Amino acid sequence: MKPAPFTRYVPKTLDEALKILAEVAPHDGRVLAGGQSLVPIMAFRMARPAHLVDINEVAGLDALKVENGKLVIGARVRHAAFHKSVEKGALGALLATVVKHIAHYPIRMRGTFCGSLAHADPASEWCLTAATLDAELVAKSARGARVIPAREFFEGIMATALKDDELLAEARLPLLPAGTKFGFNEFSRRAGDFAMASSLAVYTLKDGKIAEARIGIGGAEPSPRRIPEAEAVVNGQAPSEAVFQAAAEAAADAIDPLEDHQTNAEYRRDLVRAVVSRALEGSL
Amino acid sequence: MTAKFIGRSVPRLEDRPLLTGRGRFAADISFPGQWHMRIARSPVAHGKIRNVDVSKAKAVPGVYAVWTFADVAELPPIGFRLTGLVELEPYRQFVLARERVRYVGEPIAAIFASDPYIAEDAADLIELDAEHLPVTLSASEDPGFFEDNRSTEATVIRKGYGDVDAAFKAANSVLSLDLSIGRHSGVPLETRGVIARYDDKSDILEMYGAAKVPHWNRDTLARMLGRKTGGVQLFEGHVGGGFGIRGELYPEDVLACYAALKFRKAVKWIEDRREHLIAANHSRQQRHQIRAAIDVEGRILGIEDTFFHDNGAYMRTHAATVPDLAAAMLPGPYRVPAYRVTGHIRLTNKTPCGTYRAPGRYESTFVRERLMDAIAAKIGVAPLEIRRRNLIARQAMPYDLKLDTLGTRIIYDSGDYAKLVETAERKFGARDEIMQRRKKGEHVGIGSALFVEKSGLGPSDLVRISLDAAGEIEVVTGSASVGQGIETVVAQICADTLGVDYARVRVIHGQTDRIEQGGGAYASRVTVMTGEAARRAAEDLRNKALTAAAALMQTTADKLQIAEGTISAKSGAGPTMTLAALAKTYPLTGEGFFEYKHMVYPYGVHIAQVRVDARTGGVTVEKFSVAYDIGRAVNPMLIEGQIAGGVAQGVGGALFEDFVYDANGEPLSVTFADYLMPTAREVPEIGILITEDAPSPLNALGLKGAGEGGVNAAGAAIAAAIDDAIGIPGAVTELPVSPKRVKALILDGTIADRD
Repeated sequence: MKPAPFTRYVPKTLDEALKILAEVAPHDGRVLAGGQSLVPIMAFRMARPAHLVDINEVAGLDALKVENGKLVIGARVRHAAFHKSVEKGALGALLATVVKHIAHYPIRMRGTFCGSLAHADPASEWCLTAATLDAELVAKSARGARVIPAREFFEGIMATALKDDELLAEARLPLLPAGTKFGFNEFSRRAGDFAMASSLAVYTLKDGKIAEARIGIGGAEPSPRRIPEAEAVVNGQAPSEAVFQAAAEAAADAIDPLEDHQTNAEYRRDLVRAVVSRALEGSL
Repeated sequence: MTAKFIGRSVPRLEDRPLLTGRGRFAADISFPGQWHMRIARSPVAHGKIRNVDVSKAKAVPGVYAVWTFADVAELPPIGFRLTGLVELEPYRQFVLARERVRYVGEPIAAIFASDPYIAEDAADLIELDAEHLPVTLSASEDPGFFEDNRSTEATVIRKGYGDVDAAFKAANSVLSLDLSIGRHSGVPLETRGVIARYDDKSDILEMYGAAKVPHWNRDTLARMLGRKTGGVQLFEGHVGGGFGIRGELYPEDVLACYAALKFRKAVKWIEDRREHLIAANHSRQQRHQIRAAIDVEGRILGIEDTFFHDNGAYMRTHAATVPDLAAAMLPGPYRVPAYRVTGHIRLTNKTPCGTYRAPGRYESTFVRERLMDAIAAKIGVAPLEIRRRNLIARQAMPYDLKLDTLGTRIIYDSGDYAKLVETAERKFGARDEIMQRRKKGEHVGIGSALFVEKSGLGPSDLVRISLDAAGEIEVVTGSASVGQGIETVVAQICADTLGVDYARVRVIHGQTDRIEQGGGAYASRVTVMTGEAARRAAEDLRNKALTAAAALMQTTADKLQIAEGTISAKSGAGPTMTLAALAKTYPLTGEGFFEYKHMVYPYGVHIAQVRVDARTGGVTVEKFSVAYDIGRAVNPMLIEGQIAGGVAQGVGGALFEDFVYDANGEPLSVTFADYLMPTAREVPEIGILITEDAPSPLNALGLKGAGEGGVNAAGAAIAAAIDDAIGIPGAVTELPVSPKRVKALILDGTIADRD
């Protein structure tokens, strides 16, 4: 469990980082942020990057601020930054709820929000959050910058729309209107493990009825995504156990479940049913 | 003897270096100019070796040498330490694969390099060319071939007594169960490690990183390497957990030692975690088909068990130990008038197996206690009531089980099982809260399991003790420390015997150059065997001191006493003299030897409370309680620690830990993300009750062992609690119980409506 040889670069500015990344990207170059996923898989030699562009000392990537109705999260912002609400509205509360489920405390001290998105593990809580809230992902490279909507960003198990020479420089999450309700639930074998299924439910109430529902599922398919079939079930309905159950059924039917040695399709659907209904129940 | 330290939870003497970051574990030991060894391992589960190409590895700068089997052909395979049946010998493992590879992870080459990174880079370049052969992955299917004309069924063990056929003929009813235990093992925090070096000055091969059984390993290494016993010495440092698997003699140990001799260089090998999970011994995997004949009230008339033991690819040092113990200890605390067991020991293309804390008992307790629950359900009485009806009575002690294991006859030395069951039920078995919560729709349940442990395996232990002119006492034992607190316990026993402070006693262990023999640390033997030998040594020293002092003090030894290191007259009158002062003129030494051919048998009750999430099948162990009769508790805190650690491992085996293989024999549980150890979040509040109702009559202090009582019945109790929570008796037939499995049980069986 000693990694294969690699060269590490420690740029101080974003321009410098992007320039190095452009040079090394064609030769197995990767970005290193918190390293909580990349370093272990390098230790197992399942990843063998020849070059690592370490962004931990790059100035300006630690931004965490509200700008134009959006929460801007820079590439160096650690999970632990969200332990307390980062803004006063529902979004800050939502992120503070979700973050507690990410792995274990020491990992949260080091791992980054954007790193989690770029790694794109199907079970990632932040990937689910980004997908459910339709985050905007800002990719920068020596060639320039572009904004990628979350639904186009995640392309499968540990696969994203990022090009090799692009750094996920920031993520932008829309602030949530006052009175927004949300609930999160996940199931894993042990506390802190990768979720075998997770769900984030977000909606507002209009005259006592659910509106603008967002129901996302993670850990059950190659990428987390919103489930329109489940959202359609709850929109326009007053919250109730029956409505939540119906949404959970719709979600379980809608997914194309991942299978592995500890889950089959049927069980994954059972779990989706459980996490969706519990996320919705938790929103009350 | 005044019991001033025995029986008290005095602080551990071992703790200071460990808590102040001064621990010296295997990886902390280095020698100048040392070479680093890396093992290249087979990626193929079963194959005939055509070639192992090491040319690319050899070309890596910094690589000094690369070995394959041809380079170590003079080394014999590693032999057996326990239960070494002769028919198992063809199944022993060579230190590097010869002709065939038989599991993924089998050592095929050893690389020696200037640093561990380079060694690992080179290991990656080794290419195995093998003709793939069919893999055998289940021990309960028809056996395959280990080699041409040699079956993967290595042997069949048979034990029993009484007229089993007559029992089944006379039965009111017969129950049959098919039960399986998964493949898991001890996973110590410290992985294995060895640092070997040859000392030209003394012509001694030194091995650091030893644990558990240094003397046996010294003798075996000397034999394998063709050296005199005194020409090999082993040194134990701090050891980060043992659990049965750590400290056995493995291929890597032999390779490092052989290399140190051949190259005349210090050679260091530190196992990494991925290696550990595929290379160190696995354990536990068995399938039992058990039948019981019972009378109308649920009393057992006879038991017949056939089981299949999956030993992985080779027979390692433990040989038939695990299945033998499973077979011999299965009857447990119950009267079983007739018993017949057949154990098929079979090889599969998986990591070889050895013992793991409560070997054979975690398995057969699960089987027996599932059977008792099935009998209770069949007769329609409470699970603990059916157990009471079958318990061996206190009056029947000592109780000859009429079975042998580990070269000893099993004779339960003492026990009041019914009393402990009653105490445990009263203290831990309350169901009121459960009934209340069930009314609110929760799926909570409670399960109990009983067991008899074995401990104090002989045949002997030797202890030497000396007291110097500063009043410091040194105790030297050939026993070993795997972190369990041997220094403290031995010091407590010596201190009370001698009449000194336990903190003045320094205990040396695991150093083969300090004492010529030693049993080591396994089978919950140290407190019993080393403890009694230490008591004898201290008594010997005390007698010598009193005799010497009596001459100086013009009295007789029987009129003197020792307290707090000072010799005085029992009458209180006359002069006094410190042991330290006496040691200035008289050499104060003592020796104690304890030899015993029978083991001692503690016993216990486990009670688990679980909550089942009916929607996901998730199981939460809410409480776990252990009542355990230790005979005589030397240090209750250490016993509680042993039990709590055992419970954690028991929870792991019941719900989480599982070495899974795919259809090609590729191991899937090779990281801590896949091999699920219970964490602080999964291990529940643990209730512990230690009783001393049945001291052993076989040693002076009444000692029995504590090492394995926390894990023994954990799988059985949790299985019973899950059954109870989902209201389906007998639902759990396999360990570990995954949430997927629980969900399937719920869907198949429909949770019982209790209202």
